Amino acid sequence: MEIERRSLGSLEQPKNAEEFRAKQLKARDMLLGDLEGRDLEQYVEERVMTTTLERALNWGRANSLFPMTFGLACCAIEMISMVTARYDISRFGSEAFRASPRQADMIILSGRVATKMAPVVRRVYDQMLEPRWVIAMGACSSSGGMFANYAVVQGADKFMPVDVHIPGCPPRAESLLHGFNKLQRLVQGRPDLGWRQRYNAIGTEEWARGETKPTPEALERAAKAVENA
Amino acid sequence: MPDAPGLELIAESINEVRDGTVVETSFEHDRAALIVDPEGVTDALRWLRETEGQSYTFLSSLHAADYLPATPRFAVHYELLCRDRVERIRVKALLDDPAAGNGSDALPELPSCVELFPTAEFQEREAYDFFGIVFRGHPDLRRILMPEDYVGWPQRRDFPIGGEPVLYTHNEVEAPRWFE
Repeated sequence: MEIERRSLGSLEQPKNAEEFRAKQLKARDMLLGDLEGRDLEQYVEERVMTTTLERALNWGRANSLFPMTFGLACCAIEMISMVTARYDISRFGSEAFRASPRQADMIILSGRVATKMAPVVRRVYDQMLEPRWVIAMGACSSSGGMFANYAVVQGADKFMPVDVHIPGCPPRAESLLHGFNKLQRLVQGRPDLGWRQRYNAIGTEEWARGETKPTPEALERAAKAVENA
Repeated sequence: MPDAPGLELIAESINEVRDGTVVETSFEHDRAALIVDPEGVTDALRWLRETEGQSYTFLSSLHAADYLPATPRFAVHYELLCRDRVERIRVKALLDDPAAGNGSDALPELPSCVELFPTAEFQEREAYDFFGIVFRGHPDLRRILMPEDYVGWPQRRDFPIGGEPVLYTHNEVEAPRWFE
């Protein structure tokens, strides 16, 4: 037996009035139950999208990430402005800041984490339900920033897992939105590799000092990362 | 602000109440300061607060300082304000470090002034928290800003700053190819 594989339908838009009318008539026949055989299969293939449950679920999760209402320091001002109409995080389905960690999917560490605050942050994180994500916003929560002293934790990832680090002091609301979009990709299981991979530009790095070209091993590793993506 | 002779008169009057309380006076940049013996600091403050014609009734700030390597090493500064005449005067109590040279963990001590100025309660706790200066007679002397189980006096000059070294391009040589 020979299996023939062919595409029946396509998602192309009707090009002129006749094509549009033909589609309309077909839809009417479908509703009347008159469509049969190959026509019916084509109709279905044109309109149904198949995917896995996991992908559909992650798509939903990524587009309804509820952040925790939680500001630590000056970065919180930028986090607040990200919610306002000017930057408007609700475009990405994330405007509903929840006041309870039980209802939040994501926590934005917006500011320096003092040693006295660290257990509190950790407790809030532990109270969030799985799946949960963390954005370390700004230099301080990523690395301690300018506060290299006894009072501030040198990076929030010392005591809790962090998914996305956003540089800046403070980062602008646009940067935060960009980091948030990266997190959405992460949630959907498609972490971005960076623009060099996307534009096939490995080997064009310029370093301030030292060697001007990466080693062959580094190139090989980057190529593998592209393959695995 | 008392002028320089006025400051001398204040010093003499306090020494009449308790001899040897005011060790020295200082009048610099139009700021009057009495340097007092730490054991007599409450006598000096009480005199300044309750004497007719002085009435420095408001303690606007109490803070500690570390003058390492000078001796005496520590000082507690009391900034007093007379709100009727809008005049300020500063009282400094210089404290020796009892742990200097002998490696013990003894802390410098002086009497608390919470009885005179209730506002000093939190400020004395702060001085204790950061410099390890013990105020005798304080109702509740414990740490105020640092965690309660914290060990050390972080604002002392011999306390390590902490933090982690940051990698820039200029110290890249120490950690070659850190970017990989």
